[in-house]
Amino acid sequence: MKPARILLAALGVVVAGAVAFSAYALLTVGDGRETGAPQPAAAGAPANLTDPVARGEYLARAADCIACHTVPGGQAFAGGVAFKTPFGTLYSTNITADKATGIGDWSDEDFVRALHAGVRKDGKPLYPAFPYTSYTALSRDDILAIKAYLFSLPPAHAPARANALGFPYNQRWALSFWNVLFLKKARFEPVEGKSAAWNRGAYLATALGHCEECHTPRNALFAVKRSQALSGEVLQGWKAYNITADKTYGIGGWTDRQLADYLSTGHAAGRGTASGPMGEVVQNSLQYLTPEDIGALVAYLRAVEPRQGAAGSELNEQPPLALASTADAPGAEELARGGLGQHLFQGACAGCHLWNGQGRQSAEAALLGTQAVNDPAAYNLTQVILHGTTLQTAHGQTSMPSFGRAYTDTEVAALGNFVLTHFGGKQAGLTAEEVAKRRAQ
Amino acid sequence: MNTRPDLLPGEGPDNPSRRQALKTGGLVVAFLWLGGGAKVLGRAGQPGRIEAGDPAFAPNAYIRVGAGGAVHLVMPSIEMGQGAYTGQATLLAEEMDLGLDQIVVEHAPANRRLYANPLVGEQATGGSTTIRYCWTTLRQAGAAARSLLVAAAAARWKVEPAQCTVTRGVIRHEASGRSAGYGEVAAAAARLPVPERVVEKDPGAFALIGKPLRRVDTAGKVDGSLPFGIDIRVPGMKVATVRACPTIGGKLLAVDDARARQVPGFVAIVKIDNAVAAIGEHFWAAKQALAALDIRWDHGPHASFSTEQLFKELADASRNGTPILAREVGNVDGVKGKAVEATYELPLLAHTTMEPLNTVVHVRPDGCEIWTGTQVPARAVDVAAKVTGLKPETIVVHNQYMGGGFGRRLFEDSIEQAVAFARQVDYPLKVVWTREEDLAQDRYRPAYHDRIAATLDAEGRPVAWRDRITSASVLAKFAPGAMGKNGLDSDAVEGAAELPYEVPNLKVEWVRHDLPEGLHPGWWRGVGPAHNVFVVEGFVDELAHAAGKDPVAYRRDLLQKNPRALGVLDLAASKAGWGAGTLPPRVGRGVALATPFGSYLCVIVEVEVSPQGGIALRRAVAAVDCGVVVNPNTVEAQIQGGLIFGWTAALYNGITIRNGAVEQSNFNDYRMMRINETPPIEVHIVDSKEVPGGIGETGTVMAFPSLINALFAATGVRLRKYPIDRSALVQGADALKAVVTEAFDEAATAVAKGAA
Amino acid sequence: MLILNINGERKSVDVPDDMPLLWVLRDVIGLTGTKFGCGIAQCGACTVHLDGLAVRSCVLPVSAVGDKAITTIEGVGASEVGRKVQQAWLAIEVVQCGYCQSGQIMSATALLAGTPAPSDAQIDAAMSGNICRCGTYVRIREAIKQAATGRKLVPQTIPNEAAAASSGTDAPGQAFLSVRQEDAA
Ligand code: FES
Ligand code: FES
Repeated sequence: MKPARILLAALGVVVAGAVAFSAYALLTVGDGRETGAPQPAAAGAPANLTDPVARGEYLARAADCIACHTVPGGQAFAGGVAFKTPFGTLYSTNITADKATGIGDWSDEDFVRALHAGVRKDGKPLYPAFPYTSYTALSRDDILAIKAYLFSLPPAHAPARANALGFPYNQRWALSFWNVLFLKKARFEPVEGKSAAWNRGAYLATALGHCEECHTPRNALFAVKRSQALSGEVLQGWKAYNITADKTYGIGGWTDRQLADYLSTGHAAGRGTASGPMGEVVQNSLQYLTPEDIGALVAYLRAVEPRQGAAGSELNEQPPLALASTADAPGAEELARGGLGQHLFQGACAGCHLWNGQGRQSAEAALLGTQAVNDPAAYNLTQVILHGTTLQTAHGQTSMPSFGRAYTDTEVAALGNFVLTHFGGKQAGLTAEEVAKRRAQ
Repeated sequence: MNTRPDLLPGEGPDNPSRRQALKTGGLVVAFLWLGGGAKVLGRAGQPGRIEAGDPAFAPNAYIRVGAGGAVHLVMPSIEMGQGAYTGQATLLAEEMDLGLDQIVVEHAPANRRLYANPLVGEQATGGSTTIRYCWTTLRQAGAAARSLLVAAAAARWKVEPAQCTVTRGVIRHEASGRSAGYGEVAAAAARLPVPERVVEKDPGAFALIGKPLRRVDTAGKVDGSLPFGIDIRVPGMKVATVRACPTIGGKLLAVDDARARQVPGFVAIVKIDNAVAAIGEHFWAAKQALAALDIRWDHGPHASFSTEQLFKELADASRNGTPILAREVGNVDGVKGKAVEATYELPLLAHTTMEPLNTVVHVRPDGCEIWTGTQVPARAVDVAAKVTGLKPETIVVHNQYMGGGFGRRLFEDSIEQAVAFARQVDYPLKVVWTREEDLAQDRYRPAYHDRIAATLDAEGRPVAWRDRITSASVLAKFAPGAMGKNGLDSDAVEGAAELPYEVPNLKVEWVRHDLPEGLHPGWWRGVGPAHNVFVVEGFVDELAHAAGKDPVAYRRDLLQKNPRALGVLDLAASKAGWGAGTLPPRVGRGVALATPFGSYLCVIVEVEVSPQGGIALRRAVAAVDCGVVVNPNTVEAQIQGGLIFGWTAALYNGITIRNGAVEQSNFNDYRMMRINETPPIEVHIVDSKEVPGGIGETGTVMAFPSLINALFAATGVRLRKYPIDRSALVQGADALKAVVTEAFDEAATAVAKGAA
Repeated sequence: MLILNINGERKSVDVPDDMPLLWVLRDVIGLTGTKFGCGIAQCGACTVHLDGLAVRSCVLPVSAVGDKAITTIEGVGASEVGRKVQQAWLAIEVVQCGYCQSGQIMSATALLAGTPAPSDAQIDAAMSGNICRCGTYVRIREAIKQAATGRKLVPQTIPNEAAAASSGTDAPGQAFLSVRQEDAA
């Protein structure tokens, strides 16, 4: 499941805001209706896709609609995915063309307005778990292509599940204030002086792919901090890494090839494997992009201003303990030191990951040089140990089983600490108590 | 025949004196009922089906001597790792004066009449009975064969048989210097009448029995040449893997195989009522295809069932259900003294044999061949006949070596399912379950809710003892006719009804509470005793504590009239150094004593518990009196392996159910002990002339109480459930705030391994 | 069509790229000594060597093997270390059901090939990925030490063949190794 965007805390704050401001807001938001601007060159599906439905399918994938609107094993786009937040649970809606329960009777205008302004057919605001703050930059043509694709699929009768939000978060009207503050309704504008590839990459990354929704830190009102764009953020216990061009904390040290591989296959030699939510993005979305579009994304990401980010993961590519190990055994000194984490690694982990972190049966199991083993807070490491991960692409499937059920919080913490120290050269700080918290996330 | 009368078959299962004489639990009683009274002793038996050529000499169902001298021994019990083939072959070879290296062992064909276990009246291996029954039958069979072969040689030489000796299958007449191999006289021996009476060897003359001889089945297991059931390949064979409805009692509604058809190597799908199998050219194709099927299930009536609900129901049944009396001694009512009581809960358990379940089946219009590893070959024929409608005599079971049984292969469900799939195709079909399917569709050891109480006299001795056990009944499912007349499942109370200790007033009852239809209870290594001895020995430890006595001294006091039990207690205590020296903090020793399957055991375990509740086993000492030992090597191995099997369950295992489906899927969440968790395990065997007791399951029985008693000694926390809740062993909340990097049993491992 | 180098022999196989080596060995080539226990790299039953390193063949796509030398339990006895390990396994009578033992022996051989005199800690590091449901771990540890040192460290299982010379059997000294398998076509 894709992580819920925890924007809802903002609601509580905003509800407590000034009534005058509220009135002002209600008057100014309007209904978001607007007519289209010309389709920019950076927008659209690849030119060789001529069939309108195929174009819509490509764009829907690039926008990763399916992730949030499909329950595992359920009919595509029928909604019902639960987004658990500290404020309650939201459910995604049915966006198939079913007239009774989906969007079958939405007009083009209704659909465009939803993506551009975060407003549903009846005029009520949508929760920003739906990333309209990014989709607002989409071209009208692209939105309608996506609609044409959705309407080409079999409709699913799937009534919306009622959200389970407590007061005041269940007050939809309050979202209007948030939108006044944080929704910049504007279409994508190409930047002059940047290459066509960069502009295409920018459109893919910002409007369609909505990378910022996960990778950019948020302020107290849970709006993205543009000044720290893409420098990393933690959502529901998973860390969306710093993907700025910073060499130490971001992806500045990655080669173009590594970036392209990672985006298109979920794995880059020496850089690790996408897991959790990012694994799903690759699986549902990025693996379908053309090599040109992947190249455009790489061009865009390369040029993102380097930022250190908060509590960054400093990549240590020479961790002494891993380097002192062979494939089959840790160095003698480390081995003699023992420890619970090492003990657990011997049993359940070493067979795939190897003591020197090189992976064995599958390159995907290589740990050396990955963000996961360099994040001192061990966010994704903990999640992967607890829940496992699966990555299914055209290149096959790789997966790691979950260990959360049979291993105690103490064991998960010890294992996490061992991995951080051994493969990332990091001071390890996980406690059983912290793992218990993350388990509950 | 000098067969012990209480082991004679043929009296019928309902003969109460016979059942009494066996003094054994549900599994054995079940088979008694199933098999009726088969006459199986050598003299009565005919040779079983011979695949290639006729042996020159086949005096009974177990022995075939070829004209060239090759001796083939047909093994009535099956080999699943417990060493049965070696034990059986040793008994035959001993009486025939052969070396173990001189014989070829064979899997027995399915044939109740010839190969039924006379202790249980069925062709079945389980309940730790193999050596117990073979001790007589196979030595008789071997001695009879030897006497015929010697008689034939003596007749040829015109000398007295008594003047002939046999060494390694060569008959000699010293005075005349003549000699002949068994093969040379086999044909002549075959013409002689089988003697009415044979005398088994005097134990003093044993050349093989009691020696740690090398197993007969291991050479092919270290070079990959020996096939297990899963390795069988038959020409034209395809491979299938199965998904049965994951929810209890659910059914298959519909399957769409459109995506599966894209899988390279995909052949077909076949369906039965509650399951679908994908068939491929190889397992990988089958597995990929199975994953690509879009399956719709009718989740059935138990789709909201959970283990929480099960334990609630068990607790409720324990208070409000109808108890069935298992045993009553004296009168427990009105006994005055200090009252102690406790409630124990035990989880559902899976077997997870290392070799996943598999069956190769070829159904033809005129017959059916089955290749599989099963603990119940004759029952495999029964189910195949039932499913195919073929006559049983047209069904051949080729039994195979098993990668573990532990009771799982006493159930023929996977064979029945494989036949049901295979009858839909015209080629041989190999059905292999994934590990996930193995965990989802096991015959689980039932869950138990036991309330136990005692009244202590002024010295702290129990003067009244009550035990009320509540559980589902394996026996009622497996062999309903074997239930006691009052509805008692003797397996459910085995190890609880008969205590090794002296207790003047005792009442043991059982309340039956069935699992939902479709969730099948099963036999699991250690059967009844593995459940009850945990509760009884945990509770005896509680009583010792309540009485302020040392756990070993307390037991010693209660065992004064049970010398064999006392013997193992004292032996284990002295070898473990019980009471000598002081242990470091959070290190403790636990003792457990029991007399399962006709053997006497005491196990002492030493553990260390980290501040965060991590458990390290430092050392284990077992003392075993199992009567005459056929092969000490096997005894040691079975105790070591049995303990690890039990500790694994105690530490980590427990099947849980949510929304009607089992939650565990593979070894990542159904965790196994590994070599780096294994302590040195010393096994001390008592020299004994008593009849052999069972051994294969005894280690498992002892594992649970010895470990929890040790954890109590180390931490003061009394655990009455497993898998052990390690969070209950945490040394205060602060320990969980600490960064966990502590050395795991570093010192302990060093000490223990030094001792090894 | 892939060409694999297995136990010193070249075998060509026509299988999907993502097919794990385990199933190529067992179901296509017919080398069934390598076992299936879990399919998720948790039990070690499927362990083989790739250029001498122990790998879990159940999760190794055959296309990733390339021209690396594959050694299975059927071929491990060709090396000095492998042979010693097998002998120690027999001498100490490690095996119970035997199903995990192919994998155990492959892991142990890889360990000893790289670390001729392993400590207990090194044995744990190399062998803890192999599960034995029968619980043969105590003897596995002993057997590895014996294979390493060549010294008898624990009481040895007495070989079955007695000292007496003449036997009068068809296949003296060998017969006990085999069970008739004419059923297993
Ligand atoms: S089958 Fe490969 S590790 Fe278990
Ligand atoms: S010997 Fe049976 S699983 Fe290891």
